[in-house]
Amino acid sequence: MDFIANNLLTLILFIPALAAVLIALLPGEEKVLIRWVAFIASLFPLALSLFLWFAFDTSQAGFQFEQNQAWYAAINASFHIGVDGISLTMVLLTTILTPIAILASFSVEDRIKGYMSLFLLLEMGMLGVFLSLDLLLFFVFWEIGLVPMYFLINQWGSPKGERELWGGIKVKSRTYASFKFMIYTMAGSLGLLLAIQLIGVVTGTYDLTQLFLIWPDLVAMDNIGPLGLSGETIKLITFWAFVIAFALKVPIWPFHTWLPDAHTEAPTAGSMILAGVLLKLGAYGFLRLVLPLYPQQAHDYAGVLAFLATMAIIFGALSAFGQTDFKRLVAYSSVNHMGFVVLGIAAAAYAQGTEHAVISLNGAVLQMFNHGLSAAGMFFLVGVIYERAHTRDLNEFGGLFPLIPVYGGIMLFTSMASLGLPGLNGFVSEFLVVRGAWPVFTTYTALSMIGLFFTGAYILLGLKKVLHGPLNEKWIGHISEINAREIIVMAPLMVLMLWLGFWPAWLLNVINRAVEMLF
Amino acid sequence: MQFPILSVIVFTPLITGLLLLLIPGERKTEIRVTALAAAAFALVLSIWLYFSYDLAVGGYQFVEKYTWLPQLGISYYVGVDGLNAPLVLLTGIVMFTGVLISWGIDDRPREFFAFLFILATGVFGVFVALDMFMLFFFYEIAVFPMYLLIAIWGWKVTREYAAMKLTLYLFIGSVVALVGGLAMYFSSGLGTFDMVALEGAGFSSNFQIFWFPFVFLGFAVLGGIWPFHNWSPDGHVAAPTAVSMFHAGVLMKLGAFAALRVGIMLLPEGATFWMPYVILLTIVNVVYGAYIAMVQTDLKYVIGFSSVSHMGLVAMGFATLNHDGMVGAGVQMFSHGIMTALFFAAVGMMYDRAHTRQIHELGGFFKKMPIVGIAFIIGGMVSMGMPGFSGFIAEFPIFMGVWQFRPWVAIISGISIVITASYIIRIIGSVFFGKMPEHLEHGDDHHEPIGDVTALDKVALVILAGILVLIGVFPSVMVPLVESGVDRILLLLGGV
Repeated sequence: MDFIANNLLTLILFIPALAAVLIALLPGEEKVLIRWVAFIASLFPLALSLFLWFAFDTSQAGFQFEQNQAWYAAINASFHIGVDGISLTMVLLTTILTPIAILASFSVEDRIKGYMSLFLLLEMGMLGVFLSLDLLLFFVFWEIGLVPMYFLINQWGSPKGERELWGGIKVKSRTYASFKFMIYTMAGSLGLLLAIQLIGVVTGTYDLTQLFLIWPDLVAMDNIGPLGLSGETIKLITFWAFVIAFALKVPIWPFHTWLPDAHTEAPTAGSMILAGVLLKLGAYGFLRLVLPLYPQQAHDYAGVLAFLATMAIIFGALSAFGQTDFKRLVAYSSVNHMGFVVLGIAAAAYAQGTEHAVISLNGAVLQMFNHGLSAAGMFFLVGVIYERAHTRDLNEFGGLFPLIPVYGGIMLFTSMASLGLPGLNGFVSEFLVVRGAWPVFTTYTALSMIGLFFTGAYILLGLKKVLHGPLNEKWIGHISEINAREIIVMAPLMVLMLWLGFWPAWLLNVINRAVEMLF
Repeated sequence: MQFPILSVIVFTPLITGLLLLLIPGERKTEIRVTALAAAAFALVLSIWLYFSYDLAVGGYQFVEKYTWLPQLGISYYVGVDGLNAPLVLLTGIVMFTGVLISWGIDDRPREFFAFLFILATGVFGVFVALDMFMLFFFYEIAVFPMYLLIAIWGWKVTREYAAMKLTLYLFIGSVVALVGGLAMYFSSGLGTFDMVALEGAGFSSNFQIFWFPFVFLGFAVLGGIWPFHNWSPDGHVAAPTAVSMFHAGVLMKLGAFAALRVGIMLLPEGATFWMPYVILLTIVNVVYGAYIAMVQTDLKYVIGFSSVSHMGLVAMGFATLNHDGMVGAGVQMFSHGIMTALFFAAVGMMYDRAHTRQIHELGGFFKKMPIVGIAFIIGGMVSMGMPGFSGFIAEFPIFMGVWQFRPWVAIISGISIVITASYIIRIIGSVFFGKMPEHLEHGDDHHEPIGDVTALDKVALVILAGILVLIGVFPSVMVPLVESGVDRILLLLGGV
């Protein structure tokens, strides 16, 4: 027991990787065995992170459960991990969504061994980003998550669809989407890499806790370290490199175009994780690195960020409204919802130290969690109907509610959570963001709330096209009700949505403490 | 007297090579087994050497010194420090895996292995030599069998041309370097080729600045530095698989290592003067090499030019002349050696079955040979500098070093990472996934249906891929060693 308590975070981080190796050694024909091993293995991190959740002391400031071990001594990088309220929330989100997504992938038949291994490696990559307290380690896990996702989209993505490139060459849509995803993210992380190196060279350490201590004095100097650059220059270069890398990942309009492609082509569970957790990595980067290291720059450019967030909210909603592909609709809704996260961060950056900042950041982090739940749920529901109908074209559905009432009910519930109906989770976080941002960026917040109107519109449009209206006769007898496994997948998500809607305080308590510490 | 482990490592291949020539040519199995046994023996010894190097003591260890031609100050003088111990290990690994994957060579295996082993002796010799004459001596021993190996067993289309080009380039390079070496010998007034003694010769600044380019560039030709790189992709492509592995995996390091040992370590002031210019050449290597690799259609040319790009990073790391850059370059030599050996092994296995290396004519190999696919993907990740693999461990400090030396160079060369990612992903996508052409899937008049690789091939790939991951996850197995070697160079450079 002591061993577990002392190495809690390490265990959470590496159990998925061990399981991935174990699965890779199992014979590929044993599909049932592989599925269950993957599922059960993903329950261990969940159990441990629940333990972590209850053992976490909210009254205490700073990082807890820290572990620090030399890793790459030559450049002074160490394996340093720890959690605060923000990362704890994200770790919990990741460990909740992974077993759910694995359960959702029980219907995958093709090369299940590779699929499950990659999935668990992906989990390790994401957890690593949330747990790292060392810049180099942060980057390591940031990149590691990229590879499994690339292969999941590239290999297990939707088999149909072609895309014409310049010069008339035709490639599969999933090849195009995965390549775009990879190159966008790699280009972003190139800046991140160079910025991290610059910081490492200048400060001589990658350790975040030390960096937070020496950073303010350091950047006030005119002539730093071996480069002889002024603190202001270094801050400006690394600030923009970080912002661009994280903005690409969130993604913030206008860097979002990889997202609809990647989401649409990814396998169902891949989309769930992509929307549920991977997008949060970018926002988490803003919270963990940009706000604490660059308060001044963040304040100066918060207006730009708020503007882009408003654009994401409005155009995300409008684009979603214009889609005929159900999955693309949900994908654009992610752009729309993540806009609120960014708006909250921007408002907090501008009004640092005020209660508005605390409220809007609370909203932003809660919105990250909430969007994780609702986006995962929506993508799963799209996947469920796609598996039965083999189409995602909204115009081909219609009037399905009487045929599949249970599915319809679940869909309605999840959509409402996504739309922000009071009583469900989305409402609380969007309200907090808007409440916090209103006094800071009144115009943008007002525009965003108009954007919320479009959010309602596209979600209702989706519901109408699938569930209501005249029944498309061809589905009678061809579409079956949601099955027990799929209900089990949705159940925890729905319970959490409802619970967070009624009683958000259990999560906000943890988040609030960390948010207050941020400035 | 201690066990002369270095001499045993150096001469085991040579003696085995000569013994092989005594076995009748038609007894191919015996020839192969003998070769494998000798390679395994050298590998075990080099592993032992690697792990028994005592970090706490540092400096040159396992030193052996015998006078050879005392009138001219030439001695047989060998030893290892933190920089060449990994390279000896690298040579051992590439030699062993090279023999494993050459099992199927049916055309005069006896001569093939004999030449390959003579080559290995040359390579081992250069890495451990502490006497400049010995270094040149072994250097030429390494270049000569290369010519025969490519010209006899190489790819029929270009082998004569490539072998000739390679040999001429390397001989000219080594002659230029030799001129510089002799200049040092004569002007030092010590009357010795002993490099440890020459380190303290105290050459004048003008002397160092004048002769450094001769020595450095002469050897850097073999390291593939732009604009003297274009023998190397041609040579890689024409060489048979095991020779490509040796060529890109080990031989190119020979150039970089000799440029370091003779150029930077003996002429530190010259290095300090010239490095700002050398780094300009390496930018071209790194970025342009990656770009050229991106537009190739022949799989082996892609790997060949990617080697040019990665070796550019090695030279760039050395050019920074600071701790981070040189540590990175030292690790990069090892990491790139293993990675590129893996690439060429994998490509060779596919070529043997498909008889083409054109990327658009291949496809769907992952299903047929999953181990090759996984190994190639791991190699690709290393090549992209993906964290968790050795490429990251090596390239990260190189870039850190470059930041300290010339920040704008780091930003420009960073572009190569994205370019590399794009071609690696494209290759993995079309060669390993994608659709396999009909005539490869089911066979036709000229092709057997594609099947899986042999068990020996798999062993070789697993060894290589495993090492790449091991160093990526636990950098401490190699970095402290390289660091100790680099510290010594920093002392020579003025005790930074």
